[in-house]
Amino acid sequence: MKPRAAVFKFASCDGCQLQFLNAEDELLKLAGQVDFVYFPEARSRALEGPYDIAFVEGSITTPDDARRIIKVREESHYLATIGACATAGGIQALRNWADVEQYRRVTYPSPEFISTLSTSTPISEHVRVDCEVWGCPVDQHQLLAVVRSLLSKARPVLPAYSVCMDCKRRGNVCVVVARGAPCLGPVTRTGCGALCPAFNRGCYGCFGPADDQNMESFARLLASQGVTGDDAVRRLRGINGYVRPWRETADAIAADKK
Amino acid sequence: MICPARITGRRTETAGIYTFSMRLVDNAVRRAYSFRAGQFNMLYAFGVGEVPISIVSDPGDPEHLEHTIRIAGRVTGVMAGWKVGDVVGVRGPYGNGWPVEEARGRDVVIITGGLGCAPVVGLINYIFRRRDQYGELHILHGVRTPNDLLYRERFDEWRRAPRTRVYLTADQPDKSWRYKIGVVTELFDELTVPPSSIVMMCGPEVMMRFAAHALRQKGIGDDAIHLSLERRMECAVGLCGHCQYREHFVCKSGPVFSYRTVRELFGLSGI
Amino acid sequence: MSEALHMPQPALEDLIAMLWREGFKVLGPVARDGAVGFDEVRKVSDLAVAMRDTQEPGRYRLGQGAAGEIFGVVNGAFSLKPFFFAPEETLLEAKRERRGFKVSEVAPVAPPLAFIGVRACDLAALAVQDRIFLHDRFHDTHYQARRKDAFLVAVNCARSAPTCFCVSMKTGPEATTGFDLSLTELEQGFVTRSGSAAGEAIAAKLGLSAAGQNEVVSAKARIDGCAAGMQRGLDPTDLPRLLYAEAENPRWKDAASRCLSCTNCTMVCPTCFCHAVVDQEELDGNMSRRVRKWDSCFSLEHAHIHGINFRPKIENRYRQWLTHKLAAWIDQFGTSGCVGCGRCITWCPVGIDLTAEVAAIRAHPVKR
Repeated sequence: MKPRAAVFKFASCDGCQLQFLNAEDELLKLAGQVDFVYFPEARSRALEGPYDIAFVEGSITTPDDARRIIKVREESHYLATIGACATAGGIQALRNWADVEQYRRVTYPSPEFISTLSTSTPISEHVRVDCEVWGCPVDQHQLLAVVRSLLSKARPVLPAYSVCMDCKRRGNVCVVVARGAPCLGPVTRTGCGALCPAFNRGCYGCFGPADDQNMESFARLLASQGVTGDDAVRRLRGINGYVRPWRETADAIAADKK
Repeated sequence: MICPARITGRRTETAGIYTFSMRLVDNAVRRAYSFRAGQFNMLYAFGVGEVPISIVSDPGDPEHLEHTIRIAGRVTGVMAGWKVGDVVGVRGPYGNGWPVEEARGRDVVIITGGLGCAPVVGLINYIFRRRDQYGELHILHGVRTPNDLLYRERFDEWRRAPRTRVYLTADQPDKSWRYKIGVVTELFDELTVPPSSIVMMCGPEVMMRFAAHALRQKGIGDDAIHLSLERRMECAVGLCGHCQYREHFVCKSGPVFSYRTVRELFGLSGI
Repeated sequence: MSEALHMPQPALEDLIAMLWREGFKVLGPVARDGAVGFDEVRKVSDLAVAMRDTQEPGRYRLGQGAAGEIFGVVNGAFSLKPFFFAPEETLLEAKRERRGFKVSEVAPVAPPLAFIGVRACDLAALAVQDRIFLHDRFHDTHYQARRKDAFLVAVNCARSAPTCFCVSMKTGPEATTGFDLSLTELEQGFVTRSGSAAGEAIAAKLGLSAAGQNEVVSAKARIDGCAAGMQRGLDPTDLPRLLYAEAENPRWKDAASRCLSCTNCTMVCPTCFCHAVVDQEELDGNMSRRVRKWDSCFSLEHAHIHGINFRPKIENRYRQWLTHKLAAWIDQFGTSGCVGCGRCITWCPVGIDLTAEVAAIRAHPVKR
């Protein structure tokens, strides 16, 4: 019997779940292997749990979401977060350094109807997560590799080394060395295939921190490129800014400035 | 090349440790296949990956292969589900194996530690099948807790065999424990062997380091102490670089090394 | 080496065209994205003509060179390695069958390649990789398929980058072996020699005349000048003994405080051969490919097995790389793993210089 899969959305842009639908050539095979019984973006049918596999997109930003994720976990045998929001808190985690109350008052004409948390947090801060698929958005091959692993009853393992390895395999010329461009590649987890450096741009860190990185040295590298203070903080507090090694480094740079 | 093999038997040694019997499917491949004691095969789970697993069956009957697998990672996790009749992949044999020729006619000391050391069980079985070719056999085994003692019946069986002594110790014993208390080197007080003995060991590197020190005290030369090392292996043919151990590929020059070869490296961490 | 011949500049054009006609895909140093790299060349003007590189630890820039100079750029990020030891390729395919599965080898796509402008260090590196992939107990059929027909036109270096140290490693600046043809660029044309029967045959077809004595002297002077002017060096004396004994030197920690563990040095190194072997299953579970990809001893996963990591710290991994490259390699393969090309220095984002690390360890040993 095909495993019952569900795709849940929290605070996010939908770009990660869209990677399933973008699978084009693989889409029929995917449908042949997995029964998506709950996938609002793809189909109107929505069946109740329990689910064999839950893919969770988005971060937790409201009291309601914080309750809902607990129910999702209870109904799901295996839970994988997909994307930077679910795995790291996402770009919206910038609120974690800001006054959300003020945002609410300034943004909405009737702020009393808005119920929101003061933070955006990754799913793993709320429930146990079995597998984290990084990226903004996630890489379709990685997503399908996770599905295939689960079908083969194997624990999914995704590479966690730096973007540099894939950048060099691809034959890119290093933008740091040849152009002095700031690039998060050396401290970023691979997954995108070194897309930005292939187009002569530094890496934005969409896939979060690599499994081992030397942030002190990396901060010195940025400084040597003239990327200091707010500029350095902004680069690190991007899509995955709330993840520990980057958060701590950015916080330290921010504190240093004061 | 990966050769398909059919699972012909599955035995549970303990929770999470299984012994699989298998037979290469292709007749010509099976007849041409031979191995030495202590060599390993790369076992393949379709689509998932390969892992190095030592062969524990007897090289005298190479058409019958046995592998004991401890379920520890992604690939072995899949192997836990292997059933009789399944077709799996075998690539090998690789590695140098135990120095069983060199050991002929000598007293043999076998030392293991930690959780079920499969390569050593194969070695002990090998010696028992050719018992008259070897001298006294001493089997030393250290575990952390009595629960970690696998193959308990086999140790009892070996203990009863002639010209064989079994020494057991547990670091954290319980009330049921009838043997020695402490780490494996505690057993060395009881061990009396001539300096001409040969030693083969397998287990955590720190255990093997202490054991080698104690054996030197007994006058056993570094050349006569052999130990089996574990490293990541992806190709098993000395090309992929993962098992690099200073100037050695563990897959090709090992996994069994003499203590003389590796003693300099043994005290260092992160090698 | 054969006698020196004179090759006028237009004959280089003929050489490229001739190699194409002989069925080779011809590659040479071409400027791309701010560096040179081996890429397809149809004519001399495709090469990085009248350009020069400036290199220093962690920095590479391509700029204006001497007018008319064809081989002014010393090197770029990539050696010959990717062309023989592919960054990623499929080795096997396993297909499910009714009972079990069938495995078949995937033949490599290997058109014959000709390289124009190969530096002595990269030829030396190729010999090191040949030793690993071809001349050991197990040899690699994919590497062999690409390597066997390659035609190599070396260029002797008339200038070095500040990161070069081939003189210490005894691999350059002159190519003395391992090439089919070698060139030394002069103001007017080249002095060329053949280093193989294939090279001799091509030289004959080009109809070259003997080089004049002054050309030979001038070519030698350029190479000697390059050697004499080389700024960087690495004292290779007794390196295995030194690095083995200094496994606990505090300098490893110091290097690790700078090292990003990003793997760049190993990727650009022309001799590093580590690779991952990965099985990639099709989504429907009916087919799986075994893929080989470049790997690096700087990745955390490299020394990891179920619950144990043998080299968990960056200092372990930096020591592993350097000790293997400069010391254990000699015991393992009878040659150093370093050819002095300097790429690991230039292309390290934070500019770690292995020659400086070794010098520091030599200057302050903790064991004697």
